[in-house]
Amino acid sequence: MTRLTAWFSEGRSTGKHTLPFVVILLSVTILASAANLLLPADSMFYVSTYTITLLGKYLCYAMLALAVDIIWGYCGILSLGHGAFFALGGYAMGMYLMRQIGDRGVYGNPLLPDFMVFLDWKELPWFWLGMDQFWFAMLMAVFVPGLLAFVFGWLAFRSRVTGVYLSIMTQALTYALLLAFFRNEMGFGGNNGLTDFKEILGFSLQADSTRVALFLITAILLAVIFVISQKILASRLGKVVLAIRDSESRSRFIGYRTDRYKVWLFVYSAVIAGIAGALYVPQVGIINPGEFSPINSIEMVIWVAVGGRGTLIGAVIGALLVNYAKTRFTAIMPDAWLFALGAMFVLVTLYLPKGLMGLYGQLKAKRNSVTKKESQA
Amino acid sequence: MSTLDSTREFFRRDQVWPFLAPEQADVNVDNQVILYVEGLNLSFDGFKALNNLNLYINDGELRCLIGANGAGKTTLMDVITGKTQCDSGTVFFGQNHNLLNKDEAEIAQLGIGRKFQKPTVFEEQTVFDNLELSLKTDKRVLPTLFSRLTPTQIDRIDDVLKTIGLTKQRFMLAGALSHGQKQWLEIGMLLVAEPRLLLIDEPVAGMTAQETERTAELLTSLAGERTVIVVEHDMEFVRSIARTVTVLHQGSVLAEGTMNQIQSNKDVIEVYLGEGEGGEEAAQTGASA
Repeated sequence: MTRLTAWFSEGRSTGKHTLPFVVILLSVTILASAANLLLPADSMFYVSTYTITLLGKYLCYAMLALAVDIIWGYCGILSLGHGAFFALGGYAMGMYLMRQIGDRGVYGNPLLPDFMVFLDWKELPWFWLGMDQFWFAMLMAVFVPGLLAFVFGWLAFRSRVTGVYLSIMTQALTYALLLAFFRNEMGFGGNNGLTDFKEILGFSLQADSTRVALFLITAILLAVIFVISQKILASRLGKVVLAIRDSESRSRFIGYRTDRYKVWLFVYSAVIAGIAGALYVPQVGIINPGEFSPINSIEMVIWVAVGGRGTLIGAVIGALLVNYAKTRFTAIMPDAWLFALGAMFVLVTLYLPKGLMGLYGQLKAKRNSVTKKESQA
Repeated sequence: MSTLDSTREFFRRDQVWPFLAPEQADVNVDNQVILYVEGLNLSFDGFKALNNLNLYINDGELRCLIGANGAGKTTLMDVITGKTQCDSGTVFFGQNHNLLNKDEAEIAQLGIGRKFQKPTVFEEQTVFDNLELSLKTDKRVLPTLFSRLTPTQIDRIDDVLKTIGLTKQRFMLAGALSHGQKQWLEIGMLLVAEPRLLLIDEPVAGMTAQETERTAELLTSLAGERTVIVVEHDMEFVRSIARTVTVLHQGSVLAEGTMNQIQSNKDVIEVYLGEGEGGEEAAQTGASA
């Protein structure tokens, strides 16, 4: 324990963006929540519950982008299957919410969710047992993605699969899960997924206060995960991770078991994605196999690329901006969104290899050199 | 009865089962030999890269390996450091560590450091971080996460920075160093790990005459305390540092001895120059080609 506190109090640089980021994130969240709950609906500063839910969704995506960035930006492992971990976390939460419906479903069965009654199942499958307990469901939301990442990573990294082959394998992983979850016999609601949720821990999911609380919890968890990740990446382990990205064989020759580092970083990243998924489902009210689709996983990579990989803050900014653009764009020209996304990816890859954070860095460097010249003149 | 005996043998109370016994960490050099390479064979698609190669390196020695391209120098280093699996043969580090059943990381932790032909440093990190990563520490995942630099370690890094002459560049990104400085940094990364055996592949490639001289000084000062194996094409450099030189040819040892012995060795002259010619001068240019 003393080691832990010492580690936290040590003067390692945690990135100068951490504190401003946490302050801005939490103050915006609290202001928006207060504006929703305290102000009358006709006030100029009133924030609608729809907006609150939308923001909460964005923050879940930001958390997911953080997970992708940790593994891609810092360790150079391009995962095109992080949607799988996100969706698994989401399904764990969805199963809990399903069990909470109880006998208020369409068929009024106190034990079985509607889709099982519809399929004429007589009893609950074994993997649904215990999911009515919140703590157990949350444990599964981090455990299942973590376990999948561990098994996958252990097999892939020990066999030294890297680069584009690994990306293709992750893509195949999420596609295989997509197909599996589409099947009704799997017991996860088939292509309709899990929906029609009523309440979480006894609070109605339709109530404004529950929505605001979920939004607040998402923001706080995002801040906590951001700080922890920053700490981890600033430790010597973070340096090893960068070393693996830049020259894996060199890292092996100075004595690091690089496969183990990669496996544990992959597990950490998958757990974050699982948490993001679990927070996402109660806010959007549905989880279906579409979340496993490979396109989703590719979109996550684009968020990170736009924001700037290799900087945690860049991943968050990228996720927020691209998703805001998506919301706007799909409202105005729904058909053009995918073209816009593709164009954005091409442009960023060509002109902003380090994303928006890289652009910010360039501008700052330019300004510094200009001021230097002026002071010399 | 024999079952009883073997059962007794199995449950002997005065010793532990081999898999439970802690692996002896020290390198046993009672016979003054630190590296035993015996009967090493390796072929790539029929091409014999190593052909019944035997090599013994004494503890504290500075040994130079020379040979034409494809003679098997780098392949030998790959086998010793665990990068390449050989077809047959044995490689022992001291008398007690079989290197052939260990992976790169384990071999590195035993105290074998390697410098590559092309300097490979972690370009996106500072010189100091490069050295910190190479420190001799517990390199498992969790200890690395919670590790902190102790004052002793910082002193150690400072010492090495002084030795390799990069004190001023300590907070520069390694990628911004010149080629020669990268070579030095890589040597520094080996030194900071306090290895028993250093394998150094072409240390002076791309260095200025002055830098070469300093490298020679450094390597000679290391020998004695540590064992150094240098692969080098620059004969002038080899002559300035070497006490014993081993010539490799087509995957096996052709000759071994002091520089003068090597240069007057008939086989060496024949291999490098073809029959009929001879002389020290010619052998020198031949070997460096």
